[in-house]
Amino acid sequence: MLRAADVSFSYEAAPVLHRVSFVVSPGRIVGLLGPNGSGKTTLLRIMAGTLSPRSGSVQIDEADISTLSRRDVAKRLAVVPQETHSTFDFTVLDIVLMGRYPHLGAFELEGGSDLAIARDALAATGTLALEHRLFATLSGGEKQRVVIAGALAQASHALLLDEPTASLDLGYQLAIAQLLTRLNHDRGTTMLVSTHDLNFAASLCSELVLIRDGRIIAQGATDVVLTVSNVRAVYDVDAEVGYNARAGHVTVIPIARAH
Amino acid sequence: MSRSSPLPARTDLRRRLLLTYGGFGIVAIAACLAAPLVGSTRISLAHAFSRSAPFADNVDAQIFFLARLPRVLAAAIIGASLAVSGAVFQALLRNPLASPDTLGVSGGAALGAMVAITFHIDVTLFGVPSIPAASFLGSLGALAIVYVLATARRRGLSSTTLLLAGVALNAFFSALVLFVQYFADFAETFRSVRWLMGSLDVAGYTPIVAVIPLLALSAAGFATLPRALDLLSLGGDAAAVRGVNVRRTERVALLSASLATGASVSIAGPISFVGIVVPHLVRLIVGADHRLVLPASALAGAALLVGCDVAARTLFSPLEIPVGVITALVGAPFFLYLLMRRS
Repeated sequence: MLRAADVSFSYEAAPVLHRVSFVVSPGRIVGLLGPNGSGKTTLLRIMAGTLSPRSGSVQIDEADISTLSRRDVAKRLAVVPQETHSTFDFTVLDIVLMGRYPHLGAFELEGGSDLAIARDALAATGTLALEHRLFATLSGGEKQRVVIAGALAQASHALLLDEPTASLDLGYQLAIAQLLTRLNHDRGTTMLVSTHDLNFAASLCSELVLIRDGRIIAQGATDVVLTVSNVRAVYDVDAEVGYNARAGHVTVIPIARAH
Repeated sequence: MSRSSPLPARTDLRRRLLLTYGGFGIVAIAACLAAPLVGSTRISLAHAFSRSAPFADNVDAQIFFLARLPRVLAAAIIGASLAVSGAVFQALLRNPLASPDTLGVSGGAALGAMVAITFHIDVTLFGVPSIPAASFLGSLGALAIVYVLATARRRGLSSTTLLLAGVALNAFFSALVLFVQYFADFAETFRSVRWLMGSLDVAGYTPIVAVIPLLALSAAGFATLPRALDLLSLGGDAAAVRGVNVRRTERVALLSASLATGASVSIAGPISFVGIVVPHLVRLIVGADHRLVLPASALAGAALLVGCDVAARTLFSPLEIPVGVITALVGAPFFLYLLMRRS
């Protein structure tokens, strides 16, 4: 369970988030939508505990995140950023084993069980065949799947994903959506996903939180919240919104910028 | 890298740790034992360690232990300190070109030491003599400037900006060193110029003993770092969300590296390029894991500087060139090569 309670934040004088509250129930996938500069990334950093809110609080499994050590937060919650770069030549397995950091003592080496967990996570993301490859040599889509595997190896019950498909082509976008849906189904992983891609969100998320200028415009079940008027209110875009039987979810076709 | 065998990670990592400590350890120890045998007077290792004659009558033992070993040990300590500091800076700043000299940290340490030497400042701080202490304060000051620059913007600085900042800092510290030299008399100036070239003209164990407290502290700090540095190489936020206390890690790393750099520079002046060449060569052999990179850098750095010092003593014998000249002659082209390969 992940809860933002009345979270506000500002960089110096500029307000970024204004009294944002929502809940991600266990086993749910919640999408966070909003235009550039709406405060999505700031909100995710606050939810991950790497940034402290000016007021309000964040709770993970009923514990206030500010009372937990970095290590304890990392055991409950993992983060998948838009892109991951490694300065040095780590292998795929190295990157995934880094997810075991919060579970190991200061001078403890990864043991057989850590390796089993890492391999299991690689298998779950379809990247086991890559384990000895250098991370830097992978394609964007492969990297993202490996980083998701690392997140699974770290804390398999809650993930924060910050625009996980932003730098990926269409095929990889669908592959990541399928992967996340399957992980949620098989492992009950709770997810909060920020994205610009409304169709990606509609295919993946059971609930959406729509924000603009740091305020929540709408939140609730995806097919209730994803409407023509809300798309206009959040993005200033006229769109066609309708259920697509072949896709099995609501789809959004942007038509023109609204005036 | 030897990751092709499907061994379990524990055995694999243990084996690689053993190989790293064993392999690099043997090289370092061999260098330290062989180097004192080289010099104007021939001596034998067996004779030096023989107990058949008392120490006072054993000329080989006296040359080995009193004349040459202190210098070799100083070279080993300095090589190890600079190489580990370089490896730590590279991980911390996520910049493969970072090192005590490129960041201006050695320059700051040199300035501190020059001030203490020129103005004959002779106070002991917490058991540490004034020159190493001043040298440490100089390196800490330089690092504070680099750190503020690197963290001033939320996303950190680019490699280019950090390196240019290092160039500017080095120029600034050189100017201050010249300014300080202006107050020195002729003999002091001669000595300080020699010292600034990076010279291992160490007599006796006193300078080594003087820096032991600094080195012990920095070694204790370095020991806590390797795994956190692995994660930090993915970025500050990426490390934090995996459970690393980023701020504490950065502080321990910067403080330990300042201590180690300050201690080295106080003994032998700023010896350049060890901190950049050694970690790169070591990574080619042991891979990226800092649990292997840090100890391997220390041992390889020790061996390398001991070797360079032998070259400095013998290449133009009986003339002795400063070891800093040798490391720069080897290191500068290597640095340019790295720079070209990156761009």
